[in-house]
Amino acid sequence: MYILVVSISIGIFVILALSLNIITGYAGQPSIGHAAFFGIGAYFSAVMTSTFGISFWLAMPVAAILTGLIGALLGLTSMRVKDDFLAITTIGINFVVVAVFQYVPFFGASLGMSVTRPRLFGKPMGNVEIFALVCVVIVLLCLFMLLLKKSWFGLALASIRNDETAASSIGVDILKFKVLAFALGTAVAGLAGTIYAIFMTFIYSSDFGFLVSVSIVSMVVIGGVGTIRGAIFGAVVLGLLPEIFRFISDYRILVYGALLVLMMRFQPQGILGHDSVVVTTIGGLVASIRGKSTVRR
Amino acid sequence: MRAWGRSASIPCGSVFVRERQGRMQGFPGRPAKDEVRSMLLQQLINGMMIGSVYALTAMGGTLIYGILRILDIANASAYVVGAYVGWFLYGLLHNLFLSFVVSMAVTGCLGVLVQKYIYTPIISKPNIIAIVPLITSVGLFIFTGDFIRLLVGPETKNFSATLPFEGLVLGKIIINPEWILIMLMTLLLLGLLWFILNKTNLGLAWRATAGDSEIAEAMGVNINKVMALSYFIGYGFAASAGMMIGILYSSIYPTMGDIPSYKMLAIIVLGGLGNPIGTIVAGLVIGLAETLISAYIGSLFPRDAIAFIVLIGILLFKPTGLVTRKSHV
Repeated sequence: MYILVVSISIGIFVILALSLNIITGYAGQPSIGHAAFFGIGAYFSAVMTSTFGISFWLAMPVAAILTGLIGALLGLTSMRVKDDFLAITTIGINFVVVAVFQYVPFFGASLGMSVTRPRLFGKPMGNVEIFALVCVVIVLLCLFMLLLKKSWFGLALASIRNDETAASSIGVDILKFKVLAFALGTAVAGLAGTIYAIFMTFIYSSDFGFLVSVSIVSMVVIGGVGTIRGAIFGAVVLGLLPEIFRFISDYRILVYGALLVLMMRFQPQGILGHDSVVVTTIGGLVASIRGKSTVRR
Repeated sequence: MRAWGRSASIPCGSVFVRERQGRMQGFPGRPAKDEVRSMLLQQLINGMMIGSVYALTAMGGTLIYGILRILDIANASAYVVGAYVGWFLYGLLHNLFLSFVVSMAVTGCLGVLVQKYIYTPIISKPNIIAIVPLITSVGLFIFTGDFIRLLVGPETKNFSATLPFEGLVLGKIIINPEWILIMLMTLLLLGLLWFILNKTNLGLAWRATAGDSEIAEAMGVNINKVMALSYFIGYGFAASAGMMIGILYSSIYPTMGDIPSYKMLAIIVLGGLGNPIGTIVAGLVIGLAETLISAYIGSLFPRDAIAFIVLIGILLFKPTGLVTRKSHV
């Protein structure tokens, strides 16, 4: 049972990391306020189901879409502010969103909001069903992202990531693709939020603060920014970290901070990133087993 | 008598008080206006004091960004470290001046170490994405915060310092001795910074590197020295700000850097990312905005979100911040 709960948490983190990967990994836009959209999705679906009595299965996609629309707004602002400015703006948005959830009584203010589990096939969803839902979402998301990466859309995003000025000079519609990237990434984060809401059955504004955003970004970056495997790996590793380091529980935060610094210092492309030690080693091994030359073309 | 009344905005101690009392009997409308004016003045002074502390805290980030083009959230760690080192030294030496100087020096040296062994190697790698140094600084910030907690304990420590001067009371306006300390220190430190940047060779080197680091290097500027200077001064200033806030509120705690770190970012960006004058302006703006908004509009926003709302608002209209980098010191 405990393993199930941990697995669901990690699964939600995986979805979040994958969603951020679209914005920060594929499109190269630094977004350190992602938890805000996680929260928007959670609160939207909570409000829809608890206050308005809408079925969760309808509320889930609607909340995701609404979150995506708000994210599209952020995408619009990313046209005016670039890089570091954008990073700070996303932090600001995170804070403002959390403040809204914390102070507006409609969202339960500091007492949070309670959520009832939806019914599936007659009875309320248990953890097993939620885990199944999470897995389904992850699989669909991975397929979607693979398709995205290989598509025209993915190519455009890559060009924007590498050099925005050059991309716009060859005719890539920067605005459209950036906005789409933000919309998609935030919509999926909202989706994760809806699942989080029914899993925890109680949401607080503090669940979606800046530190959570930092965790999500660390997962993507430590795992390997721009790669699906990296996002999943990062989410799993960082999600399991509290469990693995339970024996040094008092030093966990210290270790986490040190891990971030050391990773960025020695392996900024992430453990499973494009040119990381692990990937090149495995690639080299595979190639030598196959008998091919290991010389990089 | 009327002359005094007209110059009510520059109250002069007890004469003013007596004068007002005289008026209160005959003209009930007038004192309200004076009340409003002195409250406004008090809030303005408060806001400027807070703003100057913010400016000092953020100055490090600005200097570092000017040279390295990275946003260093760990500057807020210097704030916390400086407060704790200063507190420790004051407990040991009971000399405020020495505590400030040594705390700033120690924290500054830590900054140079951080720059040399963590940041410079990171940014000298090719193809790093913008988010890597940012994550590094967040990691550092998390690490030092928790390190202090583990080293000294999570509880709030009392930092009661006796200042060598008293406060001022000008009519209805109260200026605490701590505020005077802050004002003096800020003027001193910013004056020192201005002197270094404008009147010394090292400062010239800094400005050259901030303008174009490659050309500066080609002209023979020692980039390493410039980077070390940025970190030394930057972290030193943040340390002094931390100490001042610790003295002001008579308390220090490991997470005292959390809120300043966010506001510091907002101020650095507002100030134009790398523009020291802009940082001072932005710091004052945010300090004043916070104080005035929470005094007059009150509980609509949490005080700490105001900095970000101001930031987002201004960025939407002027993405390069309040003061552009072209208008340098």
